[in-house]
Amino acid sequence: MKKLLYALAITAGIGFSFANVINDQDTEGKAVPSVTIADVEGNVIKTSDMSNNGDPIVISFWATWCKPCKLELNTIHELYPDWQDETGVKLIAVSIDNERTKNMVKPYINSAAWDYDIWMDVNGDFKRALGVNNVPHTFLVDGNGKIVYSHSGYVPGDEEILYEHILELTK
Amino acid sequence: MNPNRTYCSPTIFIVGCFFFLMSATAFGQFDLGKPSVSGNIETIFQYLQSDSAINAFAPEQKAVMNTYANINYTLGHFRAGIRLESYLPSVAGYPAFYSGTGIGYRFVEYNTDKLSATVGNFFEQFGSGLALRSYEERAIGLDNAMDGARIKFRPMPGINVKGVIGKMRYNFNDGVVNNSDGIIRGIDGDIALNDVFSFLKDSPIKAKIGANFVSRYQGGSNDTLVLPKNVAAYSGRFDLRYKDFYINGEYTHKINDPSENNGYIYNNGHGAIVNMGYSQKGLAVLLSAKSIDNMFFRADRTVTGNQLMIGFLPALTKNHTYNLAATLYPYASVPSGEVAYQLDLLYKIKRGTKIGGKYGTDINLNIATVFNPLRHDTEGDYDKDRIAYTGLPFDKSDSLYHFDFNVEVKRKINKNLKLTAAYFHFIFNNNVNEVTKDAKGYVTSDIVVLDAAYKINKKHSIRAEVQGLFTKKDKGNWATFLVEYTVSPHWFVAVMNQSNYGNPDEAKRQNYPFGSFGYTLNASRFMISYGKQRAGIFCIGGVCREVPATNGLTFSFTTTF
Repeated sequence: MKKLLYALAITAGIGFSFANVINDQDTEGKAVPSVTIADVEGNVIKTSDMSNNGDPIVISFWATWCKPCKLELNTIHELYPDWQDETGVKLIAVSIDNERTKNMVKPYINSAAWDYDIWMDVNGDFKRALGVNNVPHTFLVDGNGKIVYSHSGYVPGDEEILYEHILELTK
Repeated sequence: MNPNRTYCSPTIFIVGCFFFLMSATAFGQFDLGKPSVSGNIETIFQYLQSDSAINAFAPEQKAVMNTYANINYTLGHFRAGIRLESYLPSVAGYPAFYSGTGIGYRFVEYNTDKLSATVGNFFEQFGSGLALRSYEERAIGLDNAMDGARIKFRPMPGINVKGVIGKMRYNFNDGVVNNSDGIIRGIDGDIALNDVFSFLKDSPIKAKIGANFVSRYQGGSNDTLVLPKNVAAYSGRFDLRYKDFYINGEYTHKINDPSENNGYIYNNGHGAIVNMGYSQKGLAVLLSAKSIDNMFFRADRTVTGNQLMIGFLPALTKNHTYNLAATLYPYASVPSGEVAYQLDLLYKIKRGTKIGGKYGTDINLNIATVFNPLRHDTEGDYDKDRIAYTGLPFDKSDSLYHFDFNVEVKRKINKNLKLTAAYFHFIFNNNVNEVTKDAKGYVTSDIVVLDAAYKINKKHSIRAEVQGLFTKKDKGNWATFLVEYTVSPHWFVAVMNQSNYGNPDEAKRQNYPFGSFGYTLNASRFMISYGKQRAGIFCIGGVCREVPATNGLTFSFTTTF
């Protein structure tokens, strides 16, 4: 009973106090949470420091064992030069590969010839901070560093929807 | 084994912190910037039916559910998070030690550029994780979150130091987390030499070294044995990169840790992993080696099974996703000891060539072998020192634990059609990793997969898979057919059937038909599935997760906010 009360108290507290926060977020987007991870070369990355000179950023969570993730990123790879020319967008592919498969990341991106920034979220810190359930999961960040769109899963054609959202930001 | 209940006072603490943070923003006492909330909710509901033919058994309740809600709150340098969990009761195949509704995870954290301090629950990994890795694989019910305190310190660029003290999550019983009896203490540090030493700044060789020390304290004693109360493991690691080459590795030594798992022997243990590779555009070669001996390192020496492993021993085999390759004979690391090697080769046959075709052809070859380590008799008196054997790292015997050869060829035929063909050859030692009661010793199998994906137009696409598994042992031959139709951005529908058509016992030639239907709206997904399903990694409609064996109706919902 005691623990139920705690749970209720917390839920009520969160619900009550977060109403405003979520209202703000809906109109302005929320900031990218700050977590310290590494890029594929082992350099330290503070996620909240991501920037693209005021142009949009796509954050795409993926793994070397996830076929739809690779399909999405390979599809965008073919469109990427056009996307960059038209909107200046940058894509950051965040690998959630763990110790078993993380050594596969660099060979894979090299052989696929991706031009993306590649980050390694081996401990899942960034994934948890953004509330990602499953991969693939894609976030769109505007020029002010606010998350304005997010999408779970990938089926062919979803890249067009993502691009429409990117275009909206650069109008 | 007597896990401690620990949740009351931290709960009050968390509530306090939440309200402190809320009131701080509400009254604008601090200028901490805008708060932000993120998180997710996941619900899996099943209505289960028994089907003894496929060993699916519905519980008395028939309807079962797992639900999770994660909420993270960030305000300036502060972060706090909580996860509520509910199992009423847990879904099919999920461990029974998850039950009830309650708080499964909570933390508060303070972060600056140089410092991070966490109190409550956290996930952590030292180096490659051989000595310490607390992590969560929710789909299969694995969660050994630490509960205690952690400090991360970065005194200057290139130097990282972490310290942790805590207990590990053991189970979630009737809505209450029970933590391990043992306390884990650890410190880890690494140095990026190129950042720290200015004369290496422009060196083309990038080097990083690191080390850690992890210790478990557990009281208690045994009628006949004097048990070490503090058990330590220490590790060293390195990471070298030169242009397109890299090599990295870690060695962990664990002092004697008599446990239920190892039969209370007083041997030391070790774990070693080395990875090396070369990659360039269109070509990659990777070689990995692993040696493990007596590496049951748990937060409680009396516990067996999957829980409370302090260190992580990655399986050195490819993470297969095609259903028959992933689910029938999956290899898992053997903590008592193994020597394993793996080779990966990625090659792209150039586009525009005769063999490569208009768009090029991708070939991925993978070979993995795992052996029993070579063990020698000791000269000492076992009754006195309880040292059961001696051995050396990477000293393998010729007793095979597992062999996996696989090759995958991918080719884009035209703008809309992609074909994939894959072949797998497994020699699986069922005596070491028992996955079936129907066979003893080696099970040799060959698997063939054909996968075709066709984009009908901008929004509609269809994908079909045909898979066959051929073996003379165990349950005989299998076939799988799958068709998946997707309409971007919202809909997908898929049907599949697995058939054990080659089972030597005609009565067991079962079919596993399974259909699913889903709807995605931005970061939310609904899915309804009906049918029979085998356990394994399951990818459908664009998302991969691990699922247990079921028979019945499954409804799932996930959302991220």
